[in-house]
Amino acid sequence: MRSRSRPVAEARSGERAARWMFLAPAAVYLLLFFGYPVVKNVVMSFQQYTATTFYTGSAPFVGLQNYAKVLTSDLFPKALLTTALFTAGSLCGQFVIGLGLALFFRRRFPLGGVLRSLLLLPWLLPLVVSGATWRWMLDPDTGVVNAVLRGLHLSSSGIPWLTGTSQALVSVILVNVWVGIPFNTAILYGGLQDIPPHLYEAAKLDGAGPVRSFRHVTWPLLRPVVGVVLVLGVVYTLKVVDIILVVTGGGPADATETLATQAYELSFRQFEFGRGAAMGNVLIVISLAFALVYLRAGRRARSVREGIA
Amino acid sequence: MRRAPGRGLLSTVVGIVLVALMLFPVYWMVNASLQPAGNTLRGGWFPSRPDLGGYVTALRDQGRNLLTSLVVALGSVALSLGLAAPAAYALARLRVRGAGLVLFGILITQMVPGIVVADALYGTYSDLGLLNSYAGLILADSTAGLPFAIIVLRAFMLSIPGEVIEAAQVDGAGQLRAFRSVVLPMSRNALITAGVFTFLFTWSDFLFALTLTTTQDVRPITLGVYQYIGAHTNQWNAIMATAVMASVPAAVLLVLAQRYVTAGAAGGTVE
Repeated sequence: MRSRSRPVAEARSGERAARWMFLAPAAVYLLLFFGYPVVKNVVMSFQQYTATTFYTGSAPFVGLQNYAKVLTSDLFPKALLTTALFTAGSLCGQFVIGLGLALFFRRRFPLGGVLRSLLLLPWLLPLVVSGATWRWMLDPDTGVVNAVLRGLHLSSSGIPWLTGTSQALVSVILVNVWVGIPFNTAILYGGLQDIPPHLYEAAKLDGAGPVRSFRHVTWPLLRPVVGVVLVLGVVYTLKVVDIILVVTGGGPADATETLATQAYELSFRQFEFGRGAAMGNVLIVISLAFALVYLRAGRRARSVREGIA
Repeated sequence: MRRAPGRGLLSTVVGIVLVALMLFPVYWMVNASLQPAGNTLRGGWFPSRPDLGGYVTALRDQGRNLLTSLVVALGSVALSLGLAAPAAYALARLRVRGAGLVLFGILITQMVPGIVVADALYGTYSDLGLLNSYAGLILADSTAGLPFAIIVLRAFMLSIPGEVIEAAQVDGAGQLRAFRSVVLPMSRNALITAGVFTFLFTWSDFLFALTLTTTQDVRPITLGVYQYIGAHTNQWNAIMATAVMASVPAAVLLVLAQRYVTAGAAGGTVE
């Protein structure tokens, strides 16, 4: 018995190893390009890691000094507020317009499918391209946006889209909303397609109008998809660097500096890699917090549903 | 069915207006690219007398960068699909220990900001001589494509009937043969979707281009546009011509691979 089961076990473990070979290359890549950077970032955040480190090779440990410097700088509360406004503003705009478009495209009409896929274009363009185009459109003197506003007599002098501190924040939110609408529309449209049509017929038989059937059929059944869209929106918006760097460069007077652009600024403009790393870690913690809240909420919603069923 | 045909047409008209509004910036980019040079460019609503000067300047200054982006994007597609396809197969069909952990890891990757990866890679790349190299950019840029490719391919491979794969294995073909001769051909559409998106992600990359290149040697087009804006604000026609050329892959793929693009847009968040 023993002598027989041995080779079988060996063959099995050989096969198990062979299976692992399918997964191993990708797993190694993920470890090297996500695992290692995250760990190294944590280590760097406790070091005095600056431009000179590249010449001398020494990066002395300084405890929590980087975090202290970053969190107590004048810019931090401002950047935190800007990040919150940028994220909230972007999400509201993307979601509301995205949902509106998804509801509109749910009806069947000639060219509906073609138009719906054309709508994806802003999402597929490089962010730098979108940013450059909007920067040109929002130029206070020569931009088309102010030209239209003047033509409609909505603003005689034009709005300082890129040069006013609060207007600049509105501008980067506007651009990010434009970029995010297609993604929101696509995902919400998918969610709407999964709602069984007979529920709407039942609601109609009960005398429900469009508003009531939205409130009692569409919204409750779309809720899980809404959750996914919003959490992904938060996670992606927190990471945005490209749009802000291209449209406003973080200015004027740091009015559009977010935590992400600050992390870039510290590391690659001031060569304070240790402080940049600390800022990056603050960003990761905020992202994780949102994701955890979402996972928790999802689990609770599931258990409530299962409790009902 | 019972709906009057006129109502559908009204929706078409409204739909066209909505899409036209959404795509106006794209039109404006093309319009601006066809205007003559000058910093007080007011042009018109239409490029009534199209001037290709912007494109001439853009091609002279940025032609090489376009090629660089193409090489990096194709390299990243090859790397991402090469690693993702077997991994997705293992996660979907083979009972591998640690599969749950890898899936969880992929989820977590979405929360890691690119700037954090760039921060850590800069020092390491500098030590390894990977700054300003194609290999360095391809490896870093695949951080966007690979997790996405694994998610899309795994979702598809879960839907392949088990009997098909088992039949191939019973034939005496090992896992590798079953994967190569059955699973991969069947996954053709999912592979195209993953490839199209990996290409676009990499082509669009800005952050790694900005942080992991320091010279003009290996300079993707996105960085070219960014530096153009900084240096030549009086040549918006050339800047916009570069932007148009940088948009070509997205536009072409949206038209030629519409089916795959729509599938990917829906699959990006599955699970």
